[in-house]
Amino acid sequence: MAKKERPISPHLQIYAWGGHMALSIFHRASGIALGAGTLLLIWWLGSLAMGEESYILFQTYMSSIYGKIVLFAFTTALMLHMCNGIRHLFWDAGKGFDLDATRRSNYLIFAGTVIFTAAIWLLGLGLIGGLS
Amino acid sequence: MAEFKLPANSTYKMGKVWKAESSATNIKIFRIYRWNEDDGQNPVIMTYEVDLDKCGPMVLDALIKIKNEIDPTLTFRRSCREGVCGSCAMNIGGLNTLACTKAIKDYKGDVAIYPLPHMDVVKDLIPDMSHFYAQYASIKPWMQTQTPVPSGKERLQSVGERKKLDGLYECILCACCSTSCPSYWWNSDKYLGPAVLLQAYRWLVDSRDENTGERLDDLEDPFRLYRCHTIMNCANTCPKGLNPAKAIAEIKKMMIERQG
Repeated sequence: MAKKERPISPHLQIYAWGGHMALSIFHRASGIALGAGTLLLIWWLGSLAMGEESYILFQTYMSSIYGKIVLFAFTTALMLHMCNGIRHLFWDAGKGFDLDATRRSNYLIFAGTVIFTAAIWLLGLGLIGGLS
Repeated sequence: MAEFKLPANSTYKMGKVWKAESSATNIKIFRIYRWNEDDGQNPVIMTYEVDLDKCGPMVLDALIKIKNEIDPTLTFRRSCREGVCGSCAMNIGGLNTLACTKAIKDYKGDVAIYPLPHMDVVKDLIPDMSHFYAQYASIKPWMQTQTPVPSGKERLQSVGERKKLDGLYECILCACCSTSCPSYWWNSDKYLGPAVLLQAYRWLVDSRDENTGERLDDLEDPFRLYRCHTIMNCANTCPKGLNPAKAIAEIKKMMIERQG
């Protein structure tokens, strides 16, 4: 009979996902997205330095629907990374490890991301507050 | 780089279905990972219909019933059947746990059973634990002292000092936590994993152990300790309700504190 090398037992394929696991991978993904998104900030500052024409070009791109989608994704990633980052600070201090506490902070992070992102956009679009 | 997909020899598909007797009315379906090195085939998932009216309450009872009455080739480890030995650790319904302390009624629908994740499979539900045990040995899991034993006495501990070991000494080294950890899946060659780090902390906080500094030196490493990214799968899956993630955080704190 043919002998085969030992297989590796299934892992990602079968493991049950939870909020904690999802937030961990979102944290890494949002970190990468923010790194890439920071190039936009450089473009913004660069266009400021290069004068009116290039700044108008930047404005045109970023106020288009595609630009807004990118900006929305950027702010969402930023808020998620910030909220989850705050939890990491507590964890680094050895606090908030109980399963109940992590379950609560999972919800807080998801809720915080939605609320802060919504607030930024409502403010930015002039729908609330005094900015316009 | 982490390999997210299973290699060609590890992919699996559905295999044989073992039907229950037609008189059975309370049937539960168990889908169980099977592999043996003799037939030269890839792993398969076999389906077993078990009559729960003639079966004990725990998942291990069902496994034993399958082995005794349906398919004697099914292979798994078990010993104490009361959550103390850690032998029957396996992935049930997507989470790692002990088959002996997990009730069948906790699962809605079919029960999927796999070996502990991302391990070399020896046969069916039996993973090769030798690397895990070698990592455990590497943290020197015994009391190390410099001072001579007080004459005629044991090394005593206050009630408070003893209390620090609660939540640590209960670990039975079943490896549920380590094999639930994605960091351990991708880096088990270098990362010690939650179970072994919890054990390491158990000796770090033991007031009688006098090699704390050396133990910390051994752990001060980007992989051995710091591959923990607080994913929290360990604490969520531990069948003894322990919290390896917290123990690891405490080790990281000790690393910072000793820098002054």
